[in-house]
Amino acid sequence: MPEHEAEGQHGSPTWEVRDFLRRRREQIAQRWADESLFRAVFTVSRDEAVEAGRAVVEALAEVAGTGRPENPAAAGFTTVREQLGRMGAARARAGLTPAQISVEVDALRPPAVDLLVADFPDDAPAGFVRECTNALTALMGTLRLVVMETALNEGEAMLDRQRLQMLEVATPVIRLWDGIVAVPLIGTLDSARSQVVMETLLEAVVTEQARFAILDITGVPTVDSLVAQHLMKTVQAARLMGAECIVSGIRPAIAQTIVHLGLDLGTVVTRAGLADALGYALGRLGAGIVNAAPRGAEPR
Amino acid sequence: MRTAEGVEACLPIRSDMDLMWVRQHVRQAAARLGFGLVDRTKLVTAASELARNTLVHGGGGQMESARVTRGHLQGLRLAFSDRGPGIPDVDRTLSDGYTTGDGLGLGLGGARRLVHEFAIDSRPGAGTTVTVVSWALRPPHPREEM
Ligand SMILES: Nc1ncnc2c1ncn2[C@@H]1O[C@H](COP(=O)(O)OP(=O)(O)O)[C@@H](O)[C@H]1O
Ligand SMILES: [Mg+2]
Repeated sequence: MPEHEAEGQHGSPTWEVRDFLRRRREQIAQRWADESLFRAVFTVSRDEAVEAGRAVVEALAEVAGTGRPENPAAAGFTTVREQLGRMGAARARAGLTPAQISVEVDALRPPAVDLLVADFPDDAPAGFVRECTNALTALMGTLRLVVMETALNEGEAMLDRQRLQMLEVATPVIRLWDGIVAVPLIGTLDSARSQVVMETLLEAVVTEQARFAILDITGVPTVDSLVAQHLMKTVQAARLMGAECIVSGIRPAIAQTIVHLGLDLGTVVTRAGLADALGYALGRLGAGIVNAAPRGAEPR
Repeated sequence: MRTAEGVEACLPIRSDMDLMWVRQHVRQAAARLGFGLVDRTKLVTAASELARNTLVHGGGGQMESARVTRGHLQGLRLAFSDRGPGIPDVDRTLSDGYTTGDGLGLGLGGARRLVHEFAIDSRPGAGTTVTVVSWALRPPHPREEM
């Protein structure tokens, strides 16, 4: 590390800040653990918050050691960049706007500056104290930038992942009972996904020897005529394989829309919820378990 | 008074993915204008039908979305336009079950029943524009889920 000759009897302000951060790492981390940013992210354990705080202080010390506290690309941030991003992203997920997150990060500055000022002897030259607090303030400003930048990137990556998931989410077939399978449909049912759903379901009907297949559409945001057409094709195909389909999870707003659209689900059995659909299937299977009550009550 | 922010837009309709964005936009714009859950679902479904027609029958095009007002009422106007083959017989096309493709033939007629105002402007060979308007018929509720 290149050592510059100190001016006067004091070191450079940024080095002073570096030494302060290392010296007071524990105290700063303790104070930060009580600030809303750390409290909100590390809800389970305060120790974890302190631990994270220590790592951030150490990173800041390293950046200060380079003499360029205003550099957000400083290598010192790499070790904590992921963690900072996760913290920012966690706050964004909690519904905070970037401006609110920025305020939370900025709230970490005063406790650190207070500790720094308290560390100077009474006779320390005022000019030098000010330079040091300025350096620390600049450093904390850079930290804020890094959090925001990382959180934004993280947020975008998350959106991209969600977008992909909407299209590619696995179509799990759940075996609810002997002879009864269910497929919870989630996301956009475009032609490509409908094809996957149909194939997966038909396969399950064969391997599970299912007599009933429940298609739950609670997670499908829009049921237009194409989605309905896909559903009906799936129902017909399952019927050919010897399984009866039940469509469940038609929300009230969707039901009204289907009526206005003029869709006739015709012979398709529908039930409000997955439980109702299962009840129907069990009843038809004659399992008689749905209403199996004590004292030998007969199933209705 | 609510503003047109996030409501005025022009979205391309060139792929299945674009249809998803169209639905997403209409859902959010309608929520901003105070549409209730049922009215919002109806409008999104109508938009889905019309946008798919623009894509499948019109060969692609765009949707323009705008806020409209009438007295105290706020509404959303959506215009779906393409430069495709056009519709020779609009009345017949509007009847349920009529299709030249392999759809259910419910898109146009269904969309008309799902909105408050509906107009088709089509010239054979020059393209088609379907414009719909729906009004938020209840007072805006600022904290409703989107
Ligand atoms: N934008 C358009 N351009 C050309 N023809 C259209 C357009 N929109 C609808 N049509 C015609 O109207 C018919 C009915 O449309 P629709 O009711 O949505 O049913 P579907 O899309 O299932 O065929 C279509 O088959 C097509 O011939
Ligand atoms: Mg159609």
